[in-house]
Amino acid sequence: MLAPVKTSIGKKAIMGVTGVLLVLFVLGHMTGNLLIFAGRDAINEYARFLHEAGHGALIWVARLGLLAVFVTHMSLAFILRAENRMARPVRYVVEDTVQASWASRNMMLTGIVMLLFLIYHIAHFTLGATDPATFKGAFEPRGEQKLEDVYQMVVKGFQQPVVAGLYLLAQLALCVHLWHGAGSWMQSLGLNRGKLRQTSRLVGPVIALAVLAGNTLIVLACLLGIVTV
Amino acid sequence: MNFTLHVWRQKDRNSPGKMEAIPAKNILPDMSFLEMLDIVNDDLMAQGKAPISFDHDCREGICGSCSLVINGRPHGPTRGTTCQTYMRHFKDGEAIYIEPWRAKAFPVICDLVTDRSAFDRIIQSGGYVSVNTGGAVDGNTLPIGKDTAELAMDTSACIGCGACVAACKNASAMLFVAAKVSHLGLLPQGQPERSSRALAMVNTMDKEGFGNCTNQYECEAVCPKEISADWISRLNRDYIAAAGSPGE
Ligand code: HEM
Ligand code: FES
Repeated sequence: MLAPVKTSIGKKAIMGVTGVLLVLFVLGHMTGNLLIFAGRDAINEYARFLHEAGHGALIWVARLGLLAVFVTHMSLAFILRAENRMARPVRYVVEDTVQASWASRNMMLTGIVMLLFLIYHIAHFTLGATDPATFKGAFEPRGEQKLEDVYQMVVKGFQQPVVAGLYLLAQLALCVHLWHGAGSWMQSLGLNRGKLRQTSRLVGPVIALAVLAGNTLIVLACLLGIVTV
Repeated sequence: MNFTLHVWRQKDRNSPGKMEAIPAKNILPDMSFLEMLDIVNDDLMAQGKAPISFDHDCREGICGSCSLVINGRPHGPTRGTTCQTYMRHFKDGEAIYIEPWRAKAFPVICDLVTDRSAFDRIIQSGGYVSVNTGGAVDGNTLPIGKDTAELAMDTSACIGCGACVAACKNASAMLFVAAKVSHLGLLPQGQPERSSRALAMVNTMDKEGFGNCTNQYECEAVCPKEISADWISRLNRDYIAAAGSPGE
């Protein structure tokens, strides 16, 4: 039953499916965060919705699902890489590349940069561990309650050049990863037919640049004081 | 023309190999790459040295025997086979690096000669159609549309040289397998075994130790028969459909 999944094409198909799911997450995550340009209330409402939907259960379902997808994607990346290395035990003295993009040849590098960033990102925003000073004060009085002020956390976070720099660097890695990956899955899943591959070659770069633009816009707007507390 | 060749020399399967600098003198621009090697080998033998072993047969671009990674590119700087590559494509005095196909599944037998029988075993596992014996079928009893015939022709152009494997960053054989699976899978005669063929040939490909495709398309860029990596998408599609279909 699981035999086909273990073949080269099976593993690539799973890589493709998990990759697409991660791309969808990245796009959704970015769209939500762009609400920062709609003002304090918009993004805080959105954050509250995420935390409270389904009595707080939804976010855990999403987190666990995402974790599973992420771990699968990463494990397969390492397995595929190891097999590919083994398939050519003696390397060429002179190696030439005709058309493989730099992005496609450095998926592991950009992937690992993202992984390191992700650990930092969760420590920073989700756990509030790297910058407690900013996060402790980020509350919005609402009647009796004090609610988390995500807007303030984000703006004050990115006003610090080092923090903003780390995020921008990670966006660069993500962009390069998606340059190849966000179109490559179409080939892996056998969706390219006829002339479609010529078009699908653009899918990766288009998604990559859109994600780069959207995410860096948020960071830069805060860093440069266009969006303020 | 004169060149300095840097050639991979290896006595046999089990000996370690290394690059060796060998001069190539008095070469004419219109000599093919293999003719150049013939001259170099004559020189080597005249000096009592072992000639460079390399694969060749038809020398007219149709058999797929010739190989050689020349300056990092399978079959050299032009799109055709090594036997159809001419010395005028190189600069006088150039250093030319000549290496065998590099893949675990293609072990070096001697110098530049590799054992490509892994391809034969992939074909044996599914690259055929089963036909009942008896009287031969009349010609044209099985009509095939021109478009389909042309596409099948495109894929059947594969000469099994292995340049796709040599060029692939992962030594994957996907372009070869895709061409062979699609060639038969496009035609009515190939339909009954279409699923089992895709499954069997991919399984054999994996077992032989080829790498996994990462959609970088170096294979199609060096294929002397210009087989498109679109066929790899079709192979993926056929394989996924076959693996997911009941009864397989
Ligand atoms: C937000 C996170 C990520 C997204 C959106 C993402 C997306 C993708 C996509 C869409 C693909 C293409 C799949 C295909 O060709 O079928 C891919 C491939 C790949 N990813 Fe990721 N990825 C992410 C994180 C990672 C991480 C953390 C690593 C490594 C530690 C990684 C390593 C790889 C590798 C090596 C490939 C190429 C696999 C191959 O071509 O065989 N990715 N990724
Ligand atoms: S020797 Fe036959 S194709 Fe080159």
